[in-house]
Amino acid sequence: MLAATTKSDTRYELVVGMEVHVQLLTRSKMFCRCATDYAGAPPNTRVCPVCLGMPGTLPVINRDAVEATVKTGLALGCEIAETAVFARKNYTYPDLPKGYQISQFELPLCIHGRVDVDLPDGSTSPIRVRRVHLEEDTGRSVHEGGYSYVDLNRAGVPLMEIVTEADIHSAEQAYAFLTGLRSVLRYLGVSSGDMEKGAMRCEPNISVRTPEQKARGEYGAKVEVKNLNSFRAVRSAIEYEMRRQIDVLQSGGAVEQVNMGWDEERQRTVLQRTKESSDDYRYFPEPDLPPLALSRAWVDEIRAELPELPGAKRARYIRDWGLRPTEADALTGESLVACFFEGAVAAYGEEDGKPQRMANWITGELFRLIYADGEGQDLRQIADVRIAPAQLAALLALIDDKTINPNTGKKVLDIMYATGDDPQDIVAREGLAMVSDTSVIDEAVASILAANPAELARYRGGETKLFGFFMGQVMRATQGKADPNAARQRLQELLDEA
Amino acid sequence: MTHDKTAQDKRALHELTIHAALEGMRSGEFTSVQLTQALLDRIAAVDGNVKAYLRVTAEKALAQAEKADRRRAAGDDAPLLGAPLAIKDVLATSGVETTCGSRILQGFMPPYTATAVARLNDAGMVMLGKTNTDEFAMGSSTENSAFFTTHNPWDFDRVPGGSSGGSAAAVAADEALGALGTDTGGSVRQPAALCGVVGLKPSYGRVSRFGLIAYGSSLDQIGTLTKDVRDAALLLNVIAGSDPLDSTCLETPAPDYTAALTGDVRGLRIGLPDEYFIDGMQPEVEASVRQAVAELERLGAEVVRISLPNTDKALPVYYLAATAEASANLARYDGVRFGYSAGADSMFENIRRTRGEGFGAEVKRRIMLGTYALSAGYYDAYYLKAQQVRTLIKRDFEQAFTQVDVIAAPTSPTTAFRIGEKVDDPIQMYLTDIFTISANLAGVCAVSVPCGFDKANLPIGMQLIGPHLGEETILRAADAYERATDWQRHAPALTGRAS
Ligand SMILES: [Zn+2]
Repeated sequence: MLAATTKSDTRYELVVGMEVHVQLLTRSKMFCRCATDYAGAPPNTRVCPVCLGMPGTLPVINRDAVEATVKTGLALGCEIAETAVFARKNYTYPDLPKGYQISQFELPLCIHGRVDVDLPDGSTSPIRVRRVHLEEDTGRSVHEGGYSYVDLNRAGVPLMEIVTEADIHSAEQAYAFLTGLRSVLRYLGVSSGDMEKGAMRCEPNISVRTPEQKARGEYGAKVEVKNLNSFRAVRSAIEYEMRRQIDVLQSGGAVEQVNMGWDEERQRTVLQRTKESSDDYRYFPEPDLPPLALSRAWVDEIRAELPELPGAKRARYIRDWGLRPTEADALTGESLVACFFEGAVAAYGEEDGKPQRMANWITGELFRLIYADGEGQDLRQIADVRIAPAQLAALLALIDDKTINPNTGKKVLDIMYATGDDPQDIVAREGLAMVSDTSVIDEAVASILAANPAELARYRGGETKLFGFFMGQVMRATQGKADPNAARQRLQELLDEA
Repeated sequence: MTHDKTAQDKRALHELTIHAALEGMRSGEFTSVQLTQALLDRIAAVDGNVKAYLRVTAEKALAQAEKADRRRAAGDDAPLLGAPLAIKDVLATSGVETTCGSRILQGFMPPYTATAVARLNDAGMVMLGKTNTDEFAMGSSTENSAFFTTHNPWDFDRVPGGSSGGSAAAVAADEALGALGTDTGGSVRQPAALCGVVGLKPSYGRVSRFGLIAYGSSLDQIGTLTKDVRDAALLLNVIAGSDPLDSTCLETPAPDYTAALTGDVRGLRIGLPDEYFIDGMQPEVEASVRQAVAELERLGAEVVRISLPNTDKALPVYYLAATAEASANLARYDGVRFGYSAGADSMFENIRRTRGEGFGAEVKRRIMLGTYALSAGYYDAYYLKAQQVRTLIKRDFEQAFTQVDVIAAPTSPTTAFRIGEKVDDPIQMYLTDIFTISANLAGVCAVSVPCGFDKANLPIGMQLIGPHLGEETILRAADAYERATDWQRHAPALTGRAS
């Protein structure tokens, strides 16, 4: 079955559009002054008459949220509206206090963007962004023991919605798009992008179509998948849905346009309650908020203040510092990592391949320590590491000037990671400096030759591969501090002295 | 049975205008406590028949009056210090039950106060209580109040108009020196006309809507009901101006409106729109309004015939725009957080039953109308079309105000109708607002002033409509007319077959 599916897979094209909801990192809510720091707060303690939807209260737009959305729009290559309009999206649910969500329908803040997604195989695919708009989050409902509970702490938190065109054609592309998008959001500082905390929510619309349908400009029936809690889950869900839909079509069935949920445990999509009729949200312009005029001067100001984004950084590392793409990728995914790297290069130097050596140390040794020690695989923890970029640069300088050898350097790094001490102090304190004094090396070599007469005889009898054995003994005797080059040279001389 | 108040040597305290009462308190003639007590006595004497108030907050009123007297003794002379006023029950008042005349909000104690009311409080107002209204301000007679109908002080068998009928009746019956109402399609001006008082609807955005429990958000505006035009200006001085809590409230600073009351209308161009004098209106209303315009002409104004060609479309546009907004505005009454809750077993069943039991028939009718107008497949034909025609109506006014300074028209096509007369015929009821609705759709200001009586001794109102933010002009014209006539000095009979 697998073989058959795989073979026929090539007949079908996967078509995915993505809706991504992003909680913005503003201090206060979208339309009132309540704090957004509700994580861990007791239910209904971050609320006021406005976000409780009490009668007679009115929304007031949070300018910071608009700015964050414009920033994001600009970073995604969007056009920024001169006039944006908020609209009421009407539906009934107890965690939607007003009975409508203030959102945007016609005239969103940003339209017509484009993100170029780099894939692991080195290819790049453009994904068009249809719109980026601003709305308010809902509260949360808990259904337990026959009761329904409503917590409105989250109600009114600014939520940015990013909608792509159906330009995604593989689960890998979707994964890369989301990773890239989150990276941009974090660079801009507009969102934590933490999916597991609900700060970023992705809903892919998934369909498949035959080449004939494609030729006619037609699409297959879309399935929207909800409650995906990680990028990995998004990727798995898309792969699963694609296979499921192809199987349905191949067995002569039709794909139904439904909403599915993702069952993480069983790694499959499950049908959510089907709706009796299609949604009719009865959007109309929000009469409580006049149309929002966005002056070109303000937009230009925001544009001028945009930070260097991951793509540009990656290109610069490769172009100016000769970095390999692998390390350039690894260092630019998180702005905090890039920031650390750039600080370290500034202290260490840009000449003689130094940035690549620094890149190797960070992506190799420092990442290893963070992964082993920190919570999860979250590289943003680099900001909490006790090693300062300049200290790492100092460590590499000690290796470069042969004060220590690279292996000792790793040991020193471990100590630096644990203590935050300067590498020079650690080397001095622990006596780790390399020994290039020939008298010390001579002494070690002499005593080893004396202690291993049999091996010495075999070596001198022509068994020269025993050189490695003697070399190891010398390094062990000097606790690894011997300058390997000096040690090798003296050993050779003394062995050949006879 | 009209009697002329000027015939009395000295008016009773409850009969005073706000500005006269303020003079009396300033000169030490009486205190706010005495004045407030006089009004509470008056309410006790007549409100059993008038039924203007949903609740009288006597204790709080006396406490506020005492405070006002202390402030005055300390040298304070805030603009409304010690003046007892009434507040329509669609305006949120912290710690005082606010129901919108609806069962669904019975027992609702807002933890906030409407900006307009808060400004009155700061200016020293004594709040006497909350006045009756059609449920959620949806109606033209107060018959849609979930609690009871208010009676017209000129004839208890008749409606006071609505939806601010409680406020208009309270002022007409001397149960308050003045009152706040709200006007979405004529809800201040029409009851003012039917009760023989002055009703001012400011321009959209002139007064903050924060705390005004929304009916049609793009049309709602807080207005005043007073015994004369000067009192309207005094109240507007206090309530007008920008508010950070309402993004639709204008930043334009409010002038001193009393300064506009010069009594001089020489050279003022008054437009008489053909479309506002139509077949089917009560002949005495037309005659009185035409006579009032002639009086203004005599005072030096110039009268110009004008046209507002889209007037006939105002009523359908209003009943699409207002109801569409209302359908969303009233979605929040779900029994989850405040107000009435039916206590059903399941979540959605409780929402259904709460709304089914909590809302009255007219409110449900308008929610359904509005929901329909916004529905997929109907939006373009109804809601969108209504918005487009609304723009045409707005242009009619912009065009007219290039030719004239003020537009004069009847406020209501008839005088007060009998209680029960139109309750079963929504269209007839809706038609009573035919002359007032356009001002809301266009966002312009308008005031209704008494201009005569019909054969049954029921008051008639003339409406003076001004351009957006033209309050000074309409108040000047209304004041000049008032000075030249004595309609406002007539007092209602307070008779009829009271229920
Ligand atoms: Zn809030």
